[in-house]
Amino acid sequence: MGTSVFTNYEECASVILFVIGMMNLLLQSNLIKKIIGLDIMDASVYLFLAAKGYIEGRHAPIYTDGITDASYYINPVPSGLVLTGIVVSVSVSALMMALTISLYRQYKTLNLDEIMMKLRKQESEEFIALSNKTEGEGSK
Amino acid sequence: MTLVQNFPFFCIILSMFSAIISFLLSGRWAKVVHVAMLIAVFVMSLMTLNVTARSGLSYTYMMGHYPAPWGNEIKIGPIESLMATSFASIMLLSVMGGAWHIKKDIDEKRLNLYFIQLDLMMASLLALIYTNDLFTAYVFIEICTISACGLIMARRTGRVYVSAIRYMVMSLIGSGLFLIGLSLLYAITGQLLMEPARTGLMLDIIKGAYLIPVSVIMILLTVGLGIKSGLYPFHTWIPDAYGYATPASSAILSSLVSKGYIFLLIKLVLRVLPYETAPGRQMDNVLFVFGVTGMMIGSIDAIRERNVRRMISYSSVAQIGYIYMGLGLATDAGITASLFHVISHGLMKSLLFISAAGLIDSSKGRLDRNGLQGAGFRNLVAGIGFTVGSLSMIGMPLLSGFVSKFMFAEAATQAATVKMIIAWIALAISTVLNAVYFMRMVLVIYTPDDSKKTEAGKEGGADFFMEKAATITLSALIIVLGTMSPLVIGILNNGLDKLG
Repeated sequence: MGTSVFTNYEECASVILFVIGMMNLLLQSNLIKKIIGLDIMDASVYLFLAAKGYIEGRHAPIYTDGITDASYYINPVPSGLVLTGIVVSVSVSALMMALTISLYRQYKTLNLDEIMMKLRKQESEEFIALSNKTEGEGSK
Repeated sequence: MTLVQNFPFFCIILSMFSAIISFLLSGRWAKVVHVAMLIAVFVMSLMTLNVTARSGLSYTYMMGHYPAPWGNEIKIGPIESLMATSFASIMLLSVMGGAWHIKKDIDEKRLNLYFIQLDLMMASLLALIYTNDLFTAYVFIEICTISACGLIMARRTGRVYVSAIRYMVMSLIGSGLFLIGLSLLYAITGQLLMEPARTGLMLDIIKGAYLIPVSVIMILLTVGLGIKSGLYPFHTWIPDAYGYATPASSAILSSLVSKGYIFLLIKLVLRVLPYETAPGRQMDNVLFVFGVTGMMIGSIDAIRERNVRRMISYSSVAQIGYIYMGLGLATDAGITASLFHVISHGLMKSLLFISAAGLIDSSKGRLDRNGLQGAGFRNLVAGIGFTVGSLSMIGMPLLSGFVSKFMFAEAATQAATVKMIIAWIALAISTVLNAVYFMRMVLVIYTPDDSKKTEAGKEGGADFFMEKAATITLSALIIVLGTMSPLVIGILNNGLDKLG
């Protein structure tokens, strides 16, 4: 157990980072911190994949020095997955940030709990107004 | 290779290209392109379905020039093409039915962006249905999430941004779990295609190696997709996301988006994850318990809800519970029942959201029971549509909801005794609960109201006509699916072993 933790320290680090990121995304009430949590979570998976693809003493899988032997290079597939994943996570973070800006403009706060409180208050006021209106119509 | 075999690939690429073209078009033309694309996808999927269902075979289609363990591929069988056909038709009817609201809720300038989201949604759903590669599935899951978020926030009022952010947070946790699960799977098998990955996993299990990682992978992938499809303990975002978006978005989100993830999960269960081994059976039990609990809690929440659209959304939680219960039964009949319910619930939910929107319009935008009183007289077509949808949800014979429930009950008889008894009791209680809130609503809309029975003044005759046409078509499809179910069930039964 102890030795495998030390040989696989990248994987251990990435799993710990994943959990930190996920908990931030789930539990933080500040929207910016949520987005940071999301990025930590995604980055930890890239660390995991990069660590899995790396082979000690080999080179980046880019064909420059004329060597076609596969054993000269590291596994290129995880690198490809990381690149695709980065594109995906960039677009997702951009969308989250756009949403955050819209919410901030509307409610003047970044705290999701406060936003929810304002929203509940607004909704119950609307509902009371609606039922008053109905009663008024009924008495006519 | 015949021309028809290329059609699934054409469908995916066509919907992606119509998204790209729509950037340059005005809102009206983007809509034309979208509808034309959906009709083309529907026709091509129907032809694929015809070929695959007749031959009863499935085939893999190589994407690019590299063969199996290296390249990317899609796999097409009867069930996949059946799903593509039904998804295209449900999306077409939802967009038609919501046309009036789309025009009202969304800026003229942003209208083409809305149709871009719909195009991308169709592309990602088709890709999720057909893909045979795990990482491609992940990428399209994210595209689906982003376009779903776009559909939710298309209305641009305060409430929908909150719904969208809650949806995004839960969805991103789901896709994060899916991503780490598939990275682990890649790490221990070195494969991303579904069948080779399964072979690798089975070899590991036989050798007794990596038993804990295999269980962890199963949990991560299942829970990830469960969160995204709104399985019971992770359902909190559903009423918000479905209850406030424009009706076409709500209909598409509840009847297609969550079903895309469920279909992917069913594919993973049959093609990749070793569900027949000991940890897999425990996973089945967990899904069964969550499904049954979701059936109850969703219905109870729906009974307590005052807002009719949120009530319909809570009923989605219950219906998704049915689907997971069918998966949890761990028999072929259970999975067939789940697949049938995916189609049947898609039709019913789309009909309910669209007809509810019609009823709300005729009641001056009121969403509560007092306001909707007598709405069935003010808007006759929407009233009939809502009644058909409600009766189907409860499980009236001749309607598709009855066939679903019958199939679930029948599948339960083949499962283990404890599961059989629990499933039967759950089905019975859930039917009663469904009846409580849907019949209450139907009674409310057909209670005569003192106010004048005038149709709400609606401008835009063509779109309003489309709404009625879509409601009638969806009601008719539910009756057709209910009365001609053996045809669909036959395709599902024959195709099930080809799906795996």
